[in-house]
Amino acid sequence: MAESILEIKDLKIQFQNGKHIVQPIREVSFQIKAGQTVGIVGESGSGKSVTSLAVMGLLPDRISSIPSGEILFDGKELTKLKEKEWRKIRGNEISMIFQEPMTSLNPVFTIGQQLSEPLKRHRQLSNKEQKAAIIKVLKQVGIPRPEQIIHEYPHQLSGGMRQRVMISMALLCEPKLMIADEPTTALDVTIQAQILSLLKKITSKKDRSLMLITHDLGVVAEMCDWVVVMYAGEIVESAEVNELFDRPLHPYTRGLIQSLPSNNERKSKLYAIQGQVPKPEQVKQGCIFANRCPLAMEKCFQESPPAFQEDGHLSKCWLQSSDEGVVR
Amino acid sequence: MAEDYLVKVQNLKKYYEVSKGMFKQKTIIRAVDDVSFSIKRGETYALVGESGCGKSTTGKTILGLTDATAGEIYFQGKDITKISYSDMRKLRKDFQMIFQDPYASLNPKKTVREILMEPLRIHKKFEGKEREKKIHEILEIVGLSKSHLHRYPHEFSGGQRQRIGIARAVILQPDFIIADEPVSALDVSVQSQVINLMLDLQKEFGLTYLFISHDLSVIEHMTDRVAVMYLGKIVEVAETEELFENPKHPYTQALISAVPVAHPREERKRIILKGDVPSPANPPKGCPFHTRCPFAMDICSEKAPEEVFFTDGHKATCHLYTNSKEEIKDVIRNS
Repeated sequence: MAESILEIKDLKIQFQNGKHIVQPIREVSFQIKAGQTVGIVGESGSGKSVTSLAVMGLLPDRISSIPSGEILFDGKELTKLKEKEWRKIRGNEISMIFQEPMTSLNPVFTIGQQLSEPLKRHRQLSNKEQKAAIIKVLKQVGIPRPEQIIHEYPHQLSGGMRQRVMISMALLCEPKLMIADEPTTALDVTIQAQILSLLKKITSKKDRSLMLITHDLGVVAEMCDWVVVMYAGEIVESAEVNELFDRPLHPYTRGLIQSLPSNNERKSKLYAIQGQVPKPEQVKQGCIFANRCPLAMEKCFQESPPAFQEDGHLSKCWLQSSDEGVVR
Repeated sequence: MAEDYLVKVQNLKKYYEVSKGMFKQKTIIRAVDDVSFSIKRGETYALVGESGCGKSTTGKTILGLTDATAGEIYFQGKDITKISYSDMRKLRKDFQMIFQDPYASLNPKKTVREILMEPLRIHKKFEGKEREKKIHEILEIVGLSKSHLHRYPHEFSGGQRQRIGIARAVILQPDFIIADEPVSALDVSVQSQVINLMLDLQKEFGLTYLFISHDLSVIEHMTDRVAVMYLGKIVEVAETEELFENPKHPYTQALISAVPVAHPREERKRIILKGDVPSPANPPKGCPFHTRCPFAMDICSEKAPEEVFFTDGHKATCHLYTNSKEEIKDVIRNS
């Protein structure tokens, strides 16, 4: 087995909201092996973005805390790091591609200025070397005439080009792990196809790992080796990608796959999961999905199911509990 | 007219003038450039395209939310670009719009009751108690309940807000609804609920939809005919099943092939288009698509192609089909 580059163990994250404490992440554990692309799927409010912010150390200091759990990156424990130590890792060993290329680039600096920032912080290069490195990485992501683009501002570029710049910035310091948070959601389909094939090309090289956060199962089917399905702050299922699409175990995953229009007959009623994702403060005892689950049993409303595991395929659902099937 | 068309759009143009500075010449943006199509009663007609192709502008112009620069829009046989403001207002109750962003399209200072009451009040439909009854009915239909009446939009989730937006559009019992990306802001599991609701309403009230979207899988699921737009022009029109089975225009082929696969083992031959959509302020000469087209020929950059008709109302605007047809098939097969 390849070594895992990132390992998250029983992670809990709390937010202080006035006097209330809400816990959007409850006991999340998964790992990413070197060279793997792992997809984190979930709807809004499932906690997928919060998890990624925790890995980057970008959770807001004052209102959030990690009461328990570990994030091991390359054997290093990240949750207790100080800001100064974080800065050595961020953008250097772990980098992030954000959803909105319009808002995550600074409008008052040129592309070249913005791209030189991570190099200035993490590498000691002369100006000439810096420029060469930037142009090389821009070429790598397929930006035409990079020598001119570095003198242009973000508003002069189209959405797809901006996302390419974002990706090149994440690539600059050759990180071991890249996190992409909905990298194509804001883009048109034909541009999405361009960006996905670019990401595929990048991750196929060396042992670069990618954590891909998305709500789009199609993107997952296309990109990922392993899939983690999140729902309301918990991991409900995790499996190898073919296994997940062939044999989804958790009713939520099944619902998600069935509700894709392409899996329904034309003009027929689409399969729909009733109701909506509970807010973190609404979570009560029992299984978090029980109130929307078509197969819910009495037990589901009383006791939260443990993670049942079979050949690495993990599912947090009482349906998997036959006495011999219970691992853990 | 042989067939019963509810809406007929002819040579519709919408140009925007953009000022570049006091002494500089204004640039003209051709958001919608000579678009014609007609929608049959009871059908769902889709407009597909990427951002900036003019699909939303077309929708808004039909509703009269912006004035057309040129062209005619017939609604039930009447040209609505020429009628007076007050007549238009009366007609408005027959066509309504469902907006994309359920967060921005509901007034945050009004309760659900007030939001749904407003159209009834403006169009003077029903009286006092009858109105209340109507509101209750419609809430029930869209899957909300009486208990939601006195709440404000911020208390609802995205899916519920879109239901309120749909209720507001249907409460006047219109004939025609323009839905501008009604599900693209919603999560997958909620998206299918809203699509089901729209299909149910269509059956119940005999609605005609103009469905504007960029999501091809949703379009394949719920529409009858599709018009594909690119840079303000319609490049291909066909019945939905025909379009997805047998796309003619290279742009349509690329769009369909760009949709992500539904299963990791599915292999798809993908046409990846180079570059971005050109700016509508300065569209390419000839065929607007020739800058990105994998099959572009010399003629494409010189002359704009004419419409070519295939079977059953399937038409495409592309030079590949204007010459002898056999030649072309080879081009596509060999590439």
